[in-house]
Amino acid sequence: MSQLKSKRNYLLIAVAAVFAYFYHKDGAVTTSVVSTAISFGLPLALAAMVGIMCERTGIVNIGIEGTMLISAFAAFFVASTVKSIIIGLIAAIVVGMLAGFLLALMAVSWRMDQIIAGTIINILATGLTSFLFKQGHTLPSAMPEIDIPVLQNIPFFGPVLFMHGPITYFGLIFIVFLWVALFHTVWGLRTRAVGEHPGSADTAGVSVLRLRYLNVTLAGAVGGIAGAFLSLELVGSFERGFTAGKGFTALALMIFGRWNPLGALAAAMFFGIAQAVTNQLMIDQVVNIPQQFVNMLPYVMTILVLAFAAGKVRPPAAEGQPYEKEQA
Amino acid sequence: MAPLLEVIGVSKQYPGVLANDDISLTVDSGEVVALLGENGAGKSTLVKAVFGLLRPDAGEIRIKGEPIVFGDTNAVIGRGVGMVHQHFQLVPVMSVAENIVLGDEPRRGGLLNMKKARAEVRALSERYGLAVDPAAMVEDLPVGMQQRIEILKALRKEVDLLILDEPTAVLTPQEIDEFLNVVRVLASQGVGIVLITHKLREVMAVADRVVVLRGGKVVGITTPKESNEEGLAQLMVGRSVVLRVNKGDAHPGKPVLTIKGLEVRDDRKLKAVDGVNLEVLSGEIVGVAGVEGNGQRELVEAICGMRPRAAGEVLVGGVPTENMHPHAVHLSGISHIPEDREKHGLVSSYSIADNLVLNQFDQEPFARGWIRNAGEITKNAHVLVKQFDIRTPSIKATAGTLSGGNMQKVIVARELSQDFHVLVAAQPTRGIDVGSIEFIHKQLIAARDRGAGVLLVSAELDEILSLSDRVAVMSGGKIVAVLDATGADRAYIGRLMAGLHD
Ligand SMILES: Nc1ncnc2c1ncn2[C@@H]1O[C@H](COP(=O)(O)OP(=O)(O)OP(=O)(O)O)[C@@H](O)[C@H]1O
Ligand SMILES: [Mg+2]
Repeated sequence: MSQLKSKRNYLLIAVAAVFAYFYHKDGAVTTSVVSTAISFGLPLALAAMVGIMCERTGIVNIGIEGTMLISAFAAFFVASTVKSIIIGLIAAIVVGMLAGFLLALMAVSWRMDQIIAGTIINILATGLTSFLFKQGHTLPSAMPEIDIPVLQNIPFFGPVLFMHGPITYFGLIFIVFLWVALFHTVWGLRTRAVGEHPGSADTAGVSVLRLRYLNVTLAGAVGGIAGAFLSLELVGSFERGFTAGKGFTALALMIFGRWNPLGALAAAMFFGIAQAVTNQLMIDQVVNIPQQFVNMLPYVMTILVLAFAAGKVRPPAAEGQPYEKEQA
Repeated sequence: MAPLLEVIGVSKQYPGVLANDDISLTVDSGEVVALLGENGAGKSTLVKAVFGLLRPDAGEIRIKGEPIVFGDTNAVIGRGVGMVHQHFQLVPVMSVAENIVLGDEPRRGGLLNMKKARAEVRALSERYGLAVDPAAMVEDLPVGMQQRIEILKALRKEVDLLILDEPTAVLTPQEIDEFLNVVRVLASQGVGIVLITHKLREVMAVADRVVVLRGGKVVGITTPKESNEEGLAQLMVGRSVVLRVNKGDAHPGKPVLTIKGLEVRDDRKLKAVDGVNLEVLSGEIVGVAGVEGNGQRELVEAICGMRPRAAGEVLVGGVPTENMHPHAVHLSGISHIPEDREKHGLVSSYSIADNLVLNQFDQEPFARGWIRNAGEITKNAHVLVKQFDIRTPSIKATAGTLSGGNMQKVIVARELSQDFHVLVAAQPTRGIDVGSIEFIHKQLIAARDRGAGVLLVSAELDEILSLSDRVAVMSGGKIVAVLDATGADRAYIGRLMAGLHD
């Protein structure tokens, strides 16, 4: 453990040193790269939270991709049709919760194979969004950026952390909140017990099925917000296949973060940085290699660095197994 | 006033077994009812039905006159019922305190108050004389400690009805005495208690009434006053049982197991076995006596290749065995009955037949080259199921569907049926009924007489003294004395175990 921690600390120090160096060389560009990194990392982090909330209760959710895709779609089309960003966001949350509830229904009540259940959600989302998609919609307005007074004036950290859209702030706060909830509240203790050894929870009077339904549905809402972030706040539009595998990347980040919200946040932000740096390199035309390789770069960097830092991982023990009372 | 618990005509059918067959019984407040029966008689099934863990097919269960909804554990808990489960219901990756408070957690504001939880656990532990460390992780703990946690979990809440499903299977005699006192005190305060146990001494000591099950039916109701241990055993098994161990003299030969300067660390990296030297000769049983947590578990695991040996050697027939390689150690001639049967003894989702060849699956005759030989595996299973009296409707049933004692029999059967030079047996008769204990003890002695060396670890000093030829006393990770078992002085051994050397 301590060895792992020191490895992580070295990594943090190294990353910080690199940025200090670049900030010293070119403050404006470095600031914008890091700020972009947060915008790139956030949807992945939120998607990873969906995975954590589900898997910590023992449900594997590979339908995150579909959940995000269909909520991004709902957010964009509702917002552009009724001309309200807020209603678009609410639509995304509702659609996300429906996707979560559907997963719970299949995985918890019908005891379906959870990989298949998740795949159904992904196929459903791809099919529906392709079918319903129409060109020519635009958002009524861009999602407003909220600059936090005073804090935004801190050099480097001000623009990086305190000049974002509302969903970014919500997302970052939510992740910290989820960490506290998971490790320091009654809900968290019960959630983890259900994901590790549902019999213990059941015999202690905790309803395994109810908690699984609750968590998977709430996780769907978070997936909805992640989708809304993409179409309303980050990009401001929607296209077919809009989420481009973010839901799957998030599962990997969840594992790298060891099913811990802060760990997954760190992993997602590292990925965001890798992506933002790559983008900047392309803009500056520093590298002259085919586009495909450039696109690979964030994935390769993330795998290399996190494989070094992650150490041994152990998923929740009851993951993927439907709970049957009689086996208790 | 209605009795505290009424079970009326309860039946439960499992595939191929009628586990409960029209069972009726009552428990009054302040009464201790012992539920006796062979392995697989249906005791756990019945109490699980009462606790809302399974749905019977017929019958009714009333608590304080009100029928319960089958399968609603939470409601049953709400009616003032607590239960100690035969299969521990503990979350391995959580702390002792977290496990004990789960379901009824102390809070402060919206947050979990772990400080209060730990204090509560310490107080509980002192009050009932069951030592536990609230901050330890359950997965690092030996089974005896897990048993104490399971008991404390049930004692934490004020209950009216307490169900105890084999609460003492791996406790030491002192802990059992203390626990029986707790049971008496609770009963005197008006708590109704259902006690399932295979230890007839406990039944004689605390029960007000004894209900005996066989084949899912109630076959007798009696009281300790009207009966004795032999009578109860006979009622349970349906034949007379020899409760004492009869064994001839040992004829020890050459050393088969040699432990030299062994040092082993526990899960917290502390030295748990500290320079142990021990020889087990062919044709003798060496018992390891000790208070749990003095390195017995680590010693056994290191011998069997399941835990790194920090220093020292383990030789079988003079040949060094490989460190940290259980399969190689097994091939060198060591059979092992592990203390934690669910973790190390069985794969509960595999069939009984597969579990019976779990460490020989790749050897003749159970495999030819890469191909498994289903015929031999099946034949082996039929033979062992019959010989060891494993109660199951089919050898294809998964091990997880067996009753606790029958799971233990599967492990014992597998390990005893192989060729071995050395048998390392940790709690070999845990949860086994008196009839089968007699059989397993005979098998251990037969193995000895065939020329094997047996290393026996048990929480029961009686079991050690009656089976062993020599007794090694372990304390603080060291073997502090090796004595002849015949005529050994229990009090002296007790003092050695407590670390009081002369
Ligand atoms: N989940 C299950 N599926 C199928 N059969 C089961 C299941 N649980 C128990 N049984 C069967 O029901 C019978 C009674 O089992 P039970 O666990 O009640 O026995 P028990 O009296 O508690 O025995 P022990 O003393 O060994 O604990 C056994 O034959 C067992 O194989
Ligand atoms: Mg039982």
